[in-house]
Order: sequence, then structure tokens, then C-alpha cells
Amino acid sequence: MDFSILLQDIPTLLVVIIGVPAILAAYIVGGEYLVRRLPDKNRPQVRPWIWVGPALILVAAYLLLPAFGTIIQSFENNEGVPVGFANYASQFADFPSGGAWVAIRNNIIFWLIFYTLFALAFGLVLAVLFDRVRYESFVKSLIFMPMAISSVALGLIWDFMYQYQPPGAVQTGLLNAITTFFHHDPVVWLQDQWPSEHFNLLNNLALIGAATWGITGFAMVILSAALKGIPGELLEAARVDGAGELTVFRRVIFPLMMPTIVVVGTTLVIFALKAFDVVYVMTGGNYNTDVLAFRMYEQLYTAGNNGRASAVAVILLIAVIPVLIFNLRQFRAVEARR
Amino acid sequence: MRVQTRVRALIPALSAILIAVACGTGASSNAGTVHIVAVWSGQEQASFMAVLKPFEDQTGIKVQYESTRDEDAILRTRVSAGNPPDLAAAPSPQLLTQFAQQGKVKPLNNAVDMGALQSSTSQGWIKLGEPLADGKLYQIFSWAAVKGLIWYDPKNFSAKGYQVPKTWDDLMALQTQIKSSGTPPWCIAVASGGAADGWPASDWLKEIVLSQAGPDVYDKWVAGKQTWTSPEIKSAFQTFGTILGPNDSNVYGGKNTILATQFGDVGTPMFANPPKCYMLNQASFITTFFTSAVPSLQAGTDFTFFPLPDINTQFTGAHVVAGDSWSMFKDTPQAEKLIQYLTTAQAQDIWVKRGGKLAVNKNVSLDDYPDPLSKLSAQILVNTQIAKYDATDNMPTDMRNAAWKALLQYISNQGNLDSILANLDKVQQSAYASA
Repeated sequence: MDFSILLQDIPTLLVVIIGVPAILAAYIVGGEYLVRRLPDKNRPQVRPWIWVGPALILVAAYLLLPAFGTIIQSFENNEGVPVGFANYASQFADFPSGGAWVAIRNNIIFWLIFYTLFALAFGLVLAVLFDRVRYESFVKSLIFMPMAISSVALGLIWDFMYQYQPPGAVQTGLLNAITTFFHHDPVVWLQDQWPSEHFNLLNNLALIGAATWGITGFAMVILSAALKGIPGELLEAARVDGAGELTVFRRVIFPLMMPTIVVVGTTLVIFALKAFDVVYVMTGGNYNTDVLAFRMYEQLYTAGNNGRASAVAVILLIAVIPVLIFNLRQFRAVEARR
Repeated sequence: MRVQTRVRALIPALSAILIAVACGTGASSNAGTVHIVAVWSGQEQASFMAVLKPFEDQTGIKVQYESTRDEDAILRTRVSAGNPPDLAAAPSPQLLTQFAQQGKVKPLNNAVDMGALQSSTSQGWIKLGEPLADGKLYQIFSWAAVKGLIWYDPKNFSAKGYQVPKTWDDLMALQTQIKSSGTPPWCIAVASGGAADGWPASDWLKEIVLSQAGPDVYDKWVAGKQTWTSPEIKSAFQTFGTILGPNDSNVYGGKNTILATQFGDVGTPMFANPPKCYMLNQASFITTFFTSAVPSLQAGTDFTFFPLPDINTQFTGAHVVAGDSWSMFKDTPQAEKLIQYLTTAQAQDIWVKRGGKLAVNKNVSLDDYPDPLSKLSAQILVNTQIAKYDATDNMPTDMRNAAWKALLQYISNQGNLDSILANLDKVQQSAYASA
């Protein structure tokens, strides 16, 4: 084994480990020193800016500036010549099958609805059910385990699950082994555009199913924490008043968990909108399974078209903004109730 | 007080580390290193490492090899970030040509021994390496593959009394004969892990365009001057359709199996007992996949090939070839030494002997090919009368990907041909404009 490559990077590593904290410390000490020189009444106005300064600069340099750059680039061609809305026009051309329409449909309809609903529903049901069993922590860690798997590995694992062999041959994929066991023909899960080429639900659901498997643990753990936060007296009082378990869930547990469900839900919506890895690994966007993030990647890296890639990025950004605003408001509402 | 002593203790420790670092890097950069990016992994990577071994031993230069199947993205990112590898080998020279247009790769005229290259490599390969036609060599080719080889199991053929077809009509007759016996004649598999799905079908299309419409149409097609809806290209798709049969019924498993099977597994049903299909079309590299799937297979007795018969006898002996092209991003002395080494017969011979590749260097002896089949394909490469480089690999990347996708759509539903081709025309208009 050759470790020389590690040795070469040690100076950089030293700078990062020693230099960065040193500069930060110097900044804070120096900033405080300057603030102390100020008259008393000005200190509260200046001090917060000194403290949030580094964060603001980082956000500006790594988020805001690139975002503006992307927006500007989306109105230019590859040579940097302004082309107006041409890049957007190419993405919105030929409804319903041309441009970015398939990706938009998959993101905004299939992924957003099914991925969010599946993950929330499974997460909630599992959280509530596991709350009542002795081996709770064990099964919860099992469900949470896929979160620890990289999404590329996840895609490969589900590739094996969905594997297809012609009818009559031995099925190597688990799902087709089950389908053929019930005397049904094997299904090409990732290529089958059932019910039609214009509304291909099956292969999109196959991808969403794989992604849901990976994220359910996340929803379950957070919802389970919210469930534990509900005071036992409330549940007891409801039961004493004669409420059955279903009524307790519907009238007491569910409303009390609502704020958490909304936060988890909106987070999942954002995850759904930026879906990429599962599609990249499993279908490469073929058979009408394209999503916006993958389309952006393709425009940028395979087509080498910065303008169009930026246009797709901006479309994605616009799609996420309402969710972001809603999510922020919800956060504040929850905070305000505390 | 205490803190201060600790800080004092730290200083010698840190300086010790720094000295160690300085010495460590000094020792390892004696002869320097070369960073390479290419697509070979697994068996192919082992062969490439074997090629590098004598170079590293002789020069002391270390080669750091990075393997990726998504090479376009890796190279684009690293080049635009100003951090390219020293050398890269690409199966699709179009990307390297784009870098040449942007001035991101160095001309090789001074790095390699041009005299030796001209005497050891056929003019066609050198010309391919000068895509800008400015007299500068931007790419060199090390290994090649012949496309359009029809693989079959000779034992299956003799058991059924099938004859190797000499003409296109023979092939069509054989196809009907096999089909009427109850087994589909062909195996086709087009999956290739996501983004590259569909390329094996493009091999069929390229062969057919070249052999049916001829080299002039082929060149115009590659250059984006022949529309996809033109009668020549449309009829090439339709000829491919006669191979697929109505609803892909000439192919084992129909469209589902074609689309869902990885290209490397294409031969497995052919070697089943009884065979599930009798023929498949793939380039010379496929033998590696045959023997890794079924290790007991013997080249020559268990599998062999015949070249795809000429469709239009006007263009006899036309073949599509492909190769690994190299470009140099940084002209360090180490990188120049390595790229020079890769043009030599000595370097190319190592992989040839290990199987799976054909040498571009003419000085590699035909006797060095490990089995009669690779020797035969090497002969085809040498004797090809009309050699054309892989068309889709020489188209702009988004044209290439659109063509692959279009073939998937055509296999899914041959009835949509007109709308598929119209869509390709649209991509053609923008792809060549932006490239």
C-alpha cells in the first residue's frame, strides 16, 4: 500500500486543523477587543454582526453568489452571450413529452406525492406500533439502518431486488421470484411503463419505493420522538373517558403530533424535489423516469450546456421556494408555541 | 504556567511532524508521478496495470490510476476546476476533441516520436488523432476493437446443420430458418448501468448505416449533416427492425429481456443447454465477458464469430472500429514519457497477450494474440477496406445520448419510428450548434 499521497496532503491538513481555528479565534478576540473600544450604547448594535459575520460571509460566498451566478447564466449561452429566455423555452418546449416536462411531472407529481406520503405513512405507523412493543429499540434500529447506507449502494441493492429474467428462466430478483411464485409473468420493474407511455406509473413507483425504503427510518425516528413527548396523562384521561385506541390516536395523538408531521412532511417534500441518486444509479433517466436534478446533471456534464443546466436549476429552485417558506413559517409557529 | 509548558512541548512535536512530512514527500517524488483517468475496472484494470508495470519499474515514475464509468462528468468537472489528470484515456474521443477545441489538452507532436508513430501506426488512426485538422496531434490510440462481429456457438450450428452466412440474404434466410425451428435467432442486451443504456443497440445501427448507405453518408451522419429522418438513416433503423422482428420476436425474451439485461450477460443464454438463441452481435472485447460468466468456455470450439455480411455489395469490407484514445492535459516530462511508452509495440503487446484488446501498433505480431479468434479479429482490423470510427462515439455527447435513448424507444415500440427520428433531428440541430 502506498501512503505517499497521504503524506503529500499533511501540510494542507495542518493548515486546516491548526490554521482555521487560529484565524477564527483571532477574529473573535480581535472583534471583541474592537467592540470594547466602542461607546457603551453602540456595542449591542455592532456585536451581533461581529459574531454572525463569518457565517454570513460563508453563506454569501458559497450559496448566494453561486445562486445569482446560476440565475444570470440561465439567460446566457455557453459563450456567455445573453440569449433571453431561450434556455427556458427549450425546457418548456413540446408539452407533454418534450423538454423538461417529463422530469417536471415526475418530480412534482410522482415523487412529491408518493415519496412524501409513503415515507410519512410508514414512518407514522411504525412509530406508533413500535411504541408498544418490548423490542422497540431493536426493530427501530433495523428500520433506521438503510439511512446509514449510501444512496448509490441503495440503488444497487434495489437493482438486484428488481432483476428480471425471461419467463421460464430462474428469477434472480426477489420481487420477480415472488411474482412468478404466484404464477404471474415476471415484470420488468424499471422499464415497464404501465399503464401507458404517457402516464408511466410503475417504473417511477419502483424507483420511489427504493428511495422510500431508505428514508422511512428518518421519518419514523423523528415522529417517534414526538410521540414520546406526548404526556401520558392526556392519553390516560382520554382512555378513562372511554375512548377506544383508534379514537385516542385520531383525536389525541395525531393532533398533538401534527406540527412534527408537517415539519417532517415538508422536509420530505424537499428531499423529493432534489431526488437524484436513485434515478442516476437505477435507470439513468431512461423510460420516462427523468427527474429535474438528473436532467440538470445531464445538461451540465453530458451535454456541456451550462445555460440550460442553469435554467433547470432555476426551475428547481422556484419549485422549492414555496415549500421552504412554508417550512420556515411552520418552524416559527412551533417555536412560538413553546 | 502549566499551559505554557504544554505549548512548549507541542512545538518540538509539531516540528518533528513537519520534518517527517518534508522528508516523506521528498523521497516519493524522486522520479515523479503521473495521474491517469480511464474507464477500465476489474479484469481490464488488471490488464492495464500489467501494461504499466514495466514502465514503472524502468523509470521509477509512479502512476496513479483512477477508474470511473462516468468519465465525461469526472473529466469535465476536473478540467473546469483547473485540476485535470495528466493523461486520460477515453472510449469516446469526442469529449477529448472538445477539450482540444477549448485548448485544454496539449498537442502531442513533441511528446511522442512522430517518425516512429508514423511508421508503426496506420495513417487512419493518426488522422483520427488530429480532429482539429490544424496539423497538431491531440490524441493517440493505443488499443482498438473491431465491431460488427456476429458471435455464435459452432457446436450449436453443426448440431442443427446451420451454415455460416456469406451474404446478407443468407443471414436473413438463416434467421427465418432458426425462428421456424422454435428458437429465436438473436440475443440482444442493451442495459449498461443507467446513463449508457442503449449503446449496444447503436452498434447494430452504425454497422447497418455504414454497410447499407456507405462511408459518405456515414461521415455526413457523424458530422451532423445527414438528418435522422433522411431515407438512408430511417431505412437503417428499419433494417435493424428486420433483425429485431415484429414486436422484437426474433430476440430471446423479447423487448423486456433486451432492455433489462446487462450487455455483458448477453451471451449467457446462447451457451445454455438447449440454447435460447443462436447469434449475437458485439465487438471483439466481448470474449472477456463470455469467459468470466462461463469459465469453462473455450475460444474457437465453444464460441467463434463471422463478420456481419455486407448489406450493399457496393461497400464490401466496410467495418466500424473503435479504440481507446489518449489525451494529455499537463505536459510534465513524466506524462510525456508515459504517453510515448503507450504508443510502443512493447506496451500494447502486454494487453494483447492478456486478451480482449487489439493493438493499433502494426509491429505487434499477430502471433502474440492469445487465441485464434483474437488473431482473426486482428486480421480483420488490418485488412478492413473501409474502416470507419464508431459513429455515435464521435458525435457530440448529447447527440450520442439521445441516439442511445432513441434506440431504447425503438426497441420498446418500433411503431413510433417517425416521432423518434423527428425528435433526434431536433437534438441534432442544437447539439452540433452548442458543441
